[in-house]
Amino acid sequence: MVNWPLEIVRAVLLTAAVFTFMAVVAAMFGVLLERKVGGWIQSRLGPKHVGPQGLLQTVADTIKLLQKEHIEPRAADRAIFNTAPLVVAVAGLMSWVVIPFGTLGDRVLVVRDLNIGVVFFAAMASLTVVGILAGGFASNNKYALLGGLRSASQMISYELPLAMALIAVAMEAGTLSTVGIVEAQAGWFGSFAFRQFPAFVIFLIAATAEVNRVPFDLPEAESELVAGYFSEYTGMRFALFQLGEYGEMFAMAAMATTLFLGGWKGPVLPGVVWFLLKMYLIVFLLMWVRWTYPRYRLDQLLNLSWKVLLPAGLVWILITGYRVTF
Amino acid sequence: MGQLAAFIILSVVTLVSAVVVVASQNIVRSALSLIPTLLGIAGVYILLQAEYVAGIQVLIYAGAITVLILFVIMLTEHGTGARFRQVNEQVLPGTIAVAVLAALLMAVFFGTAWPRAAGTLPQYTATSIGTTFLTSAILVFIVTSFVLLVALMGAIVIARRER
Amino acid sequence: MLLVDWLYVGVFLVVGLAMAALPLAVVWALAPRLAQPQKRTTYESGVVPFGQAWAQFNVRYYLFSLVFVIFDVEVIYLYPWSIVFRQYGRYAFFVMLIFVGILLLGLIHAWRKGALEWT
Repeated sequence: MVNWPLEIVRAVLLTAAVFTFMAVVAAMFGVLLERKVGGWIQSRLGPKHVGPQGLLQTVADTIKLLQKEHIEPRAADRAIFNTAPLVVAVAGLMSWVVIPFGTLGDRVLVVRDLNIGVVFFAAMASLTVVGILAGGFASNNKYALLGGLRSASQMISYELPLAMALIAVAMEAGTLSTVGIVEAQAGWFGSFAFRQFPAFVIFLIAATAEVNRVPFDLPEAESELVAGYFSEYTGMRFALFQLGEYGEMFAMAAMATTLFLGGWKGPVLPGVVWFLLKMYLIVFLLMWVRWTYPRYRLDQLLNLSWKVLLPAGLVWILITGYRVTF
Repeated sequence: MGQLAAFIILSVVTLVSAVVVVASQNIVRSALSLIPTLLGIAGVYILLQAEYVAGIQVLIYAGAITVLILFVIMLTEHGTGARFRQVNEQVLPGTIAVAVLAALLMAVFFGTAWPRAAGTLPQYTATSIGTTFLTSAILVFIVTSFVLLVALMGAIVIARRER
Repeated sequence: MLLVDWLYVGVFLVVGLAMAALPLAVVWALAPRLAQPQKRTTYESGVVPFGQAWAQFNVRYYLFSLVFVIFDVEVIYLYPWSIVFRQYGRYAFFVMLIFVGILLLGLIHAWRKGALEWT
């Protein structure tokens, strides 16, 4: 028998914990890491003055943003304008429900091991699109609307290759549950990064595009669209967009870890440490790409998704099916 | 008890946002209000223990169809930002038609002897859906792919004419 | 324990929204509010904005989203199939060959008709 009040209290506490994790580890530390890695790659120092080695830079930035005035453009659609950042932030948060962080004794540390975990993850990623499109639309700003439209068409295009990669992994593991997928990967060479290498590559490219990062950052393209869909946002609402974006990016990295790198598995060190190491490895890869490559053109970007990744994903599903059943 | 409370909350969310969908004068607000409506319905699916259906409800309807609708609105000439009257001179016939339809539906709902608690729920709905596709519903599965192919061709034909 | 699983998801949605709105409340309490009408104009590279941004948009966005919806529907048929096909062996592989083959056919058709071209 389920003790419902107890479960609700636990759920509330877990939400607070995961939200804090996302805000501190993904958004605040992530932004700092991005600036530090960017500085390192471009042979400069990056933030250095607030706290030791600039460690408190984003904390200071957050405090600053909390004191900034919230400006609504007169032409904007107020209700939608004010809700859109919340949608993006919460969609980013929800992705974390199905991510297994590690093990404690013989229990797996995961908010909930949903039976349809992988589908749930894809569904939450697809909700972000709506938030971004709504934000871009409600601003009633030409740059913002163009950024929102571009972002939406890009994200829906790359959702399909992403789904193909998820399906290939589900075929290999025989389950849609994220914990089940990690458990299906035994040992170093059992991790799906080897057996599902093409799916891994497709997933990484599609994930980069899903979170609007270079070389797929057309929606934000600061040199042509100012800041894309959040041009008109100020202060904390701007920060919420950033929170959702970095939360989503870290969730994508965590999902790549779960699906292809064996999740929390690894020798000697505890599972959580392995999980974080692998996740940061993927995050570092995404940052490395960001500070190295230029931006795609819109037609090139759509071609890559529809004419390369999608057919490749379908063919890879056929190959996986052949390998498993014959 | 908890399930009843959840059902009431979900129904309120669904119905209130559904009213906004049909009553709002701003067509984009109407389209965006579809999202809470569809999420509420997904919640009801979960109460019925159909979690895979709930998942695809969010994935397809809230995540894909809504974006399609928003694109369609932005495509139309005076679509965005314009104020629309939601009623015209046909209000009275419309109301009568809705009332008749509602009465008919309710009569059917209350008149049918629904099979209650027949059989056991499968533990993994996605698995049992997959099994059905490969066994008894195999024809449906294959025909669906043809239907989707035809839909794709139709979409291309229509979109090319509009260009 | 399915409903417990989804209770967590529901709580995540509600409490997540509340926690995301919390800093907005702090902003409301702390941040200054200066009445300067200039501030609330739409940003357009520093010049006075002309017209509305809400205008008619390119039909291609619509075409891509239409093709996307169709493929997305095909994807949801693949998920349940992907976790059970193993038990049915070769038979399941050929079923999939037909299904994915028709999908690829549709993709090739869209490609040849130029539905996937942006320019």
